[in-house]
Amino acid sequence: MLNDTVLKASDLNKSFSGIVAAKDINVSINQGEIVGIIGANGAGKTVFVNMITGYLKPTSGKIEFLGEDITGIEPRNATHIGLCRSFQISQVFMTMSVKQNLMIAMSLSKKSGKALLDPIADEEISKECDKILELYKIMDQSNNIVSTLSQGIRKLLDIAMAVVGNPKVILLDEPTSGVSVEEKFGIMDIVIAALKQTETSVLFVEHDMEIVERYVDRVIAFYQGEIICDAPPKVALSDKKVIEYVLGH
Amino acid sequence: MFTGIFKDTSVRILITFMIVLCVLSSLVLPDWMQNNFMYGLSRGLAILGLMLLWRTNLVSFGHALYYGFGAYAVALCQKYFGITDILLRFAIAVIAAGLLGFCLGFILRKYREIFFAMLSLAFSMVLYGLLAKAEFLGSTDGMSISPSTLLGMELTRQYLFYLITFFVICAAISIQAYLRSTLGHLTTAIQDNEIRVEYLGYSVQKAIHIKYVMSACLAGGAGGLMAASLGQVDPDSMVNWNVSGELVFITIMSGWGNILAPFIGAIIFEFIRTYAFEWAPQAWAAIVGGTLLAIIFFFPGGIWSVIEKVFNYGKKKNVK
Ligand SMILES: Nc1ncnc2c1ncn2[C@@H]1O[C@H](COP(=O)(O)OP(=O)(O)OP(=O)(O)O)[C@@H](O)[C@H]1O
Ligand SMILES: [Mg+2]
Repeated sequence: MLNDTVLKASDLNKSFSGIVAAKDINVSINQGEIVGIIGANGAGKTVFVNMITGYLKPTSGKIEFLGEDITGIEPRNATHIGLCRSFQISQVFMTMSVKQNLMIAMSLSKKSGKALLDPIADEEISKECDKILELYKIMDQSNNIVSTLSQGIRKLLDIAMAVVGNPKVILLDEPTSGVSVEEKFGIMDIVIAALKQTETSVLFVEHDMEIVERYVDRVIAFYQGEIICDAPPKVALSDKKVIEYVLGH
Repeated sequence: MFTGIFKDTSVRILITFMIVLCVLSSLVLPDWMQNNFMYGLSRGLAILGLMLLWRTNLVSFGHALYYGFGAYAVALCQKYFGITDILLRFAIAVIAAGLLGFCLGFILRKYREIFFAMLSLAFSMVLYGLLAKAEFLGSTDGMSISPSTLLGMELTRQYLFYLITFFVICAAISIQAYLRSTLGHLTTAIQDNEIRVEYLGYSVQKAIHIKYVMSACLAGGAGGLMAASLGQVDPDSMVNWNVSGELVFITIMSGWGNILAPFIGAIIFEFIRTYAFEWAPQAWAAIVGGTLLAIIFFFPGGIWSVIEKVFNYGKKKNVK
């Protein structure tokens, strides 16, 4: 195994009472790599993300993270070891402000045990949160309640909450879905710029090929639970199978 | 955990309120009123526990389980070990109920909504059945509790009152400290989005379990103090399902806005009950039902929201 492989999936399979959602998936991801995951609706992209981060247990196969077998890990433990994710539909605390959302995420990543009983209002943690808010350019929304904010802001917050613990690998499930076309590039610029400052490997699911082309080093294409192509974007997007099954022409 | 807790406005208001009550009770209150305050404060602890659960959208229709368990723990320790010290009584009630809550918590933490509500009711009915049948616990007649002592000295009613307010202050401050902590904030977070909490790295079930045990301890403590102030425990007024219902009723009536709310709610409830039995003994159920309707329709935030409105109204006027 290569030294800088951070994540490796071998022969992953997943089926739901007959429906095959993942079939013989083999991938390894290197440190600092930015990977685009593409595929039509129902191709198995979210199932893949869910298996890697422990939300779904694979029917068979093995997942390794930094050389350790983590197959079937609990989501919270995936977070602890530095394997984080964002969601296709933002999973944020709707009734709280942006800052409160981030404060909770930050406290949980920095504290454990009895320290969790200390007041959440903590200078140091608050400062760290402000840094992330600046980095993700949502500082001006800091005190607004999430349910009143646009999808774009929620997506950014969702991602910001996933990066508080400086993950080694982050999986972003459609970071720009439900966001207006004008906003899309803005969001991706912010996110990729922020993540490039660290050594984080990024896997993001995306339907918009313009975005894929612009940001990724490598494309993984899914079709009916299988990986049909794994190559640099130029090659992948002109691949016959990808054109037929993913791009649909 | 407790650093700077006395700078907290809610804590200051709570302590002021309790001190005022103590002064009133020593100077002017007639006995029957003092009793009502005592019962209200004791029972308020159980309401505080239910309020904690409510903040995670969990309602327990069986909290009399812990309330009764605490009360009977006090009765049993008196019968078999001759324990009458009020500090021990309170500690025993809290610990006994906490242990029971800890054990049952492993089951309950997996359930939500109606299942959670009904499962706790089921457990309380089992305890009721056992107590009603147990000869050595006095069956349905229950047992009488002798007056409490403190470090070997007899405790007058007045001092019992002070001690109850003291216990209430300690408990409420602990809860306030918990609520402002990271773990306490998870409370609302879990209500909002369980998946996200898991992905932030904390076990939702564990957070609910911790809260459940706290809530059991509070209900147990309430039962213990109630036993000590009533001088009597019996299954019908301590463990039966209507007791659980009453607790939920007072919780809704109080509102969840503040740690003081449960105590104000519980005290008001005692007074409503006293007057209702005096003036309209047949209409108790109708009064309870009517109050509940009025609250749900007009003040969904409970009594606390009314208090808040009154005070904010005053503030706005001052600004002008
Ligand atoms: N929990 C589940 N139970 C049953 N079937 C499921 C479940 N989750 C996913 N599937 C099925 O697995 C297949 C892959 O779904 P998945 O959500 O991974 O698609 P996707 O590639 O993310 O699509 P989209 O672009 O619409 O998000 C689909 O056929 C879906 O119906
Ligand atoms: Mg998907």
